[in-house]
Amino acid sequence: MMEQALGRCVASWYPGATGVTGAARLSGGASQETWSFDIVHPDGNMAAILRRAPQGYGAAPSRAAGLNAEAVLMQLAHDAGVPSPRVLHVLRPQDELGTGFVMARVEGETIPRKILRDEQFAQARPKLARQLGEILARIHGVDLRQLPKLRRMTAAKEIAELERDYRSFDWPRPVFELALRWLRDRDPGPSEEVTLVHGDFRHGNLIIGPDGVRAVLDWELAHTGDPMEDLGWVCVNSWRFGEIDKPVGGFGSREELFAGYEAAGRRVDSERVKFWEVMGTLRWGVMCCGMMQRFRTSPEHSIERAMIGRRSSETEIDLLRLLAPRRGV
Amino acid sequence: MQDEPTPEELIKAVADFLRNDIAPEISGHNAFKLRVAINALDLVTRQLALEEASDAAETARLSQLLGMQGALGELNRVLAERIAKGELDLQTPGLSEHLWQTTLAKLAVDQPNYASYRRELGDGG
Repeated sequence: MMEQALGRCVASWYPGATGVTGAARLSGGASQETWSFDIVHPDGNMAAILRRAPQGYGAAPSRAAGLNAEAVLMQLAHDAGVPSPRVLHVLRPQDELGTGFVMARVEGETIPRKILRDEQFAQARPKLARQLGEILARIHGVDLRQLPKLRRMTAAKEIAELERDYRSFDWPRPVFELALRWLRDRDPGPSEEVTLVHGDFRHGNLIIGPDGVRAVLDWELAHTGDPMEDLGWVCVNSWRFGEIDKPVGGFGSREELFAGYEAAGRRVDSERVKFWEVMGTLRWGVMCCGMMQRFRTSPEHSIERAMIGRRSSETEIDLLRLLAPRRGV
Repeated sequence: MQDEPTPEELIKAVADFLRNDIAPEISGHNAFKLRVAINALDLVTRQLALEEASDAAETARLSQLLGMQGALGELNRVLAERIAKGELDLQTPGLSEHLWQTTLAKLAVDQPNYASYRRELGDGG
């Protein structure tokens, strides 16, 4: 059924395409789906990805930019020199596939443990942190006037949202309270410069090959705000996957990340980056608690979600290491 | 009083059976889900072994810190409120140490292989 609908859709914008094959659902939550498929064409098949919200699942969570905005952002990033999949088609009502878009499928790896340990990435690893800095500089350089409508975020708004989410769980966590106080006391105020912020720039949303970063994915949490947020989020310990002495994704140093960013003509405020790293650590902790809530309330009764709930204590030890480090460790 | 074997022994036996006899037979996404399920059973085994002592120690520390008696859940709620109001902070004698001990006790159950935890225990990692 999916292949038929996709085949009809593809035929309407890709001359010579005779159908699609190998349609397989990759992942996604209740409101968004990702499908992999190949467009069949006499000159050679084309690898493609569909990202969509099915019909009847229109209501996006308050944080999401929306799939139409994601398609525009991916194209803008591509034009700004960010490694990005080409957007092939934005869904229309007559496609009867819901809302979303079709993009070229980029081959490569997103699984952190493979990227951090497999021999085929050994040459790429030492270069990745600097490359991520260069890529973030390009993202932050996108002309604001070109952007679709996005949420405007500040540290104060982010703190308020995290606090609201945390309080809604009604489960006291003294370390989270400490982090909320710390963040409020040190809020550096609105950034002088407001840019496009990717919002979820980390392992899982980066396709890596032996040659380095091949694509930046998932603009769902994109917004405008303090560019240092993206630099802090990519340094959160939860994305180091055991390589805790390499703050950038478990493969590189802050200095390399910052050097790549500044080489592209932008400036780093390392104090703000640290602030956003603390915010990001708390944010992931609150998200883990949210998973546990969804485990309890959703009919799927997923053990995975339940166990992610038990990862919130990882962010508590990381917050203590940041805010109240013990001597001699 | 319930008879033997204990819940700890039963859960460990089930987890070992799934790990040693079933996991090698399963592939694909179900293999991943089975690993998660085994991890969950291992977590429960650790909690059953460690919870009583760590809860008692946490309750004793909280009573001392807050100057009041009560059930652990209630004391934790009071601590959270006092930190939120700024009545207690990292300058408060004993607070940092309490949060560290409590968090380390959680990690011992939740994720004893988490690298930050191993580092704090002095195991390298």
